[in-house]
Amino acid sequence: MPKPEGVQEKRIAVEARGITKIFGAGENALRALDNVSVSIRQNEFFTLLGPSGCGKTTLLRLIAGFEYPSEGAILLDGTDIATLPPFKRPVNTVFQSYALFPHLTVAQNIAFGLEMLGKPRAEINARVAQMLKLVQMEELGQRRTDQISGGQAQRVALARALAPSPKVLLLDEPLSALDYKLRKEMQIELKRMQHETGITFIFVTHDQEEALTMSDRIAVMSKGKILQIGGPRDIYERPSDRFVANFIGETNFIDAEIDGATGGAAAVIARLPGGAQIAAGVPDGMVPRGRVAIVVRPEHAVLARPDEGGQLRGTVENVVYSGTDTHFHVRLDGGNPFVVRSQNRRGTEAAFAAGDPVAVRIQDGAAQVLRD
Amino acid sequence: MGSKYFDIRTLPGFAFVAMVTFFLLYLPIAALVAYAFNAGSSISDWEGFSFRWFASAWQNTAVQDAAMRSLVIAVVASTIATAAATTAALATTRTNAYRGLTFKYAFINTPLMVPEIVTAVALLIVFSRVKIWTGYSGLGYLIAAHTAFCIPFAYLPIRARLESMDSSLERAAQDLYATPWMTFRRVTMPLLRPGIIAGFMLAFVISLDDVVITEFVKSGGQDTLPTYMLGQLRRETTPEVNAIATVFLALSVLLVTAFFFINRRKA
Repeated sequence: MPKPEGVQEKRIAVEARGITKIFGAGENALRALDNVSVSIRQNEFFTLLGPSGCGKTTLLRLIAGFEYPSEGAILLDGTDIATLPPFKRPVNTVFQSYALFPHLTVAQNIAFGLEMLGKPRAEINARVAQMLKLVQMEELGQRRTDQISGGQAQRVALARALAPSPKVLLLDEPLSALDYKLRKEMQIELKRMQHETGITFIFVTHDQEEALTMSDRIAVMSKGKILQIGGPRDIYERPSDRFVANFIGETNFIDAEIDGATGGAAAVIARLPGGAQIAAGVPDGMVPRGRVAIVVRPEHAVLARPDEGGQLRGTVENVVYSGTDTHFHVRLDGGNPFVVRSQNRRGTEAAFAAGDPVAVRIQDGAAQVLRD
Repeated sequence: MGSKYFDIRTLPGFAFVAMVTFFLLYLPIAALVAYAFNAGSSISDWEGFSFRWFASAWQNTAVQDAAMRSLVIAVVASTIATAAATTAALATTRTNAYRGLTFKYAFINTPLMVPEIVTAVALLIVFSRVKIWTGYSGLGYLIAAHTAFCIPFAYLPIRARLESMDSSLERAAQDLYATPWMTFRRVTMPLLRPGIIAGFMLAFVISLDDVVITEFVKSGGQDTLPTYMLGQLRRETTPEVNAIATVFLALSVLLVTAFFFINRRKA
């Protein structure tokens, strides 16, 4: 399902066309990827995001050449590479386990790909020095791989994969083994390296926060299919279906009834329980009718006193303070839960307490109809 | 029951049984080694300390011949067996699981389970025919037989090493433009080396030590060190046999120690 993706016409680095991957045969056959199509642009930080078993790593392995698709084509700069072995693809991988060669030094690890390409010694040495500098490990080139820390191993794996200047760099959950602080640092580092090298990065993760922070675009996957492709803001603010809305961030779901179209092309008027009307965005290509589900992010609504008015009414059940924010858990009059998040400011107390009757005001443009 | 932890050492008589076991295991060996240094020609009456039996064994041409033969057979057989075991181990681990793989494991390891005497008799029958057909009666038969029973011993440590090796290393090499052959040469082989050395050493010791199959397969005048010693024991026994056995023991201990350190260094 090729989708129109905005006006800017950037060159495509990798394109997967109708990829299906089936493991095993007969009754045990597992459909890891089901007719997946995606175009990844040149010099883009593209993330495949989804829970384990969604097919994201399989897709990465197909691009790397460790698996071959059951159906479909993988185009790199326009030529089909789906049946090429990994050593003939100008694509390098940063492995989840790093997979550093334990019998080689840091510098020898980084030089490995260049040696296999038959580069002259002088060029290899210069490139290795350059890579060590890029990952800020100039001093450690002669170390053995068991004499460096986890974070350093991560950098070496990156330098090794970047050294042959691949057209595309594949990263298979490379940060999952690092502790929280180091992971945050590496997220910024990775973005910097992608910017400096100008190489297309395809990044696999199950961490939605990581995906939102680092990516130019994200493909959200579930059960072997891509559910939505878009920028972090698109994915977060306009999730196209319940899975995406649920997987990324906290969400309120409201049942509503479609009342009609607004003036805008991609918006409808929906009637909420309680009778209030609200304009809601619509996913591409969907014509909503009848009963639909609407999502609203907790920070896109505010609480007000009942006499001040709002689209929904209810009672505060619980107030949870969490440092930067306060979460108000509201029970709507119809019985459904609704969470409002408000940022804490210095010196102000929470304006509502448990038991207070409240009105919920949803900000303009915050409501989004889900494809169900 | 009763106590929180079960510790086998608290069982009554444990220490006693352990002591007796070690005693029984090592006392005969200790006696054998001691009498190798006997000045007299008895293996049971101590007549003073001397190296004479070592010198005598060293100068005995029959011992020299047998030792040389043992060495040649062990080196050639364990080299071939290690090469075969390495390819077998690669073929059984560097592949997706398939029907019949377990059968192949079992097949490779069968020689460990078949009683040695059965193999010996079978080889005797087959080889005696082959000897008549071909007219050849050299060391080849012993080498072939030793190679065959050494393969599973070489196979086990090599396979263990391959299985504990992170397969993503080989994938990483391929990802970095290494062809399958270069991947093998630059990554698999260097990492596998300790396993191969261990396999070779094990096969070497097993070959050096073999009596049953060798005794059945050898032609006249093809004594190896163990079969020569067996032959000596049938006649009048002197501490010369003890001296040979002691050297044997020292070599084995040396080899096993070397193997231990090599494996630890590269693990």
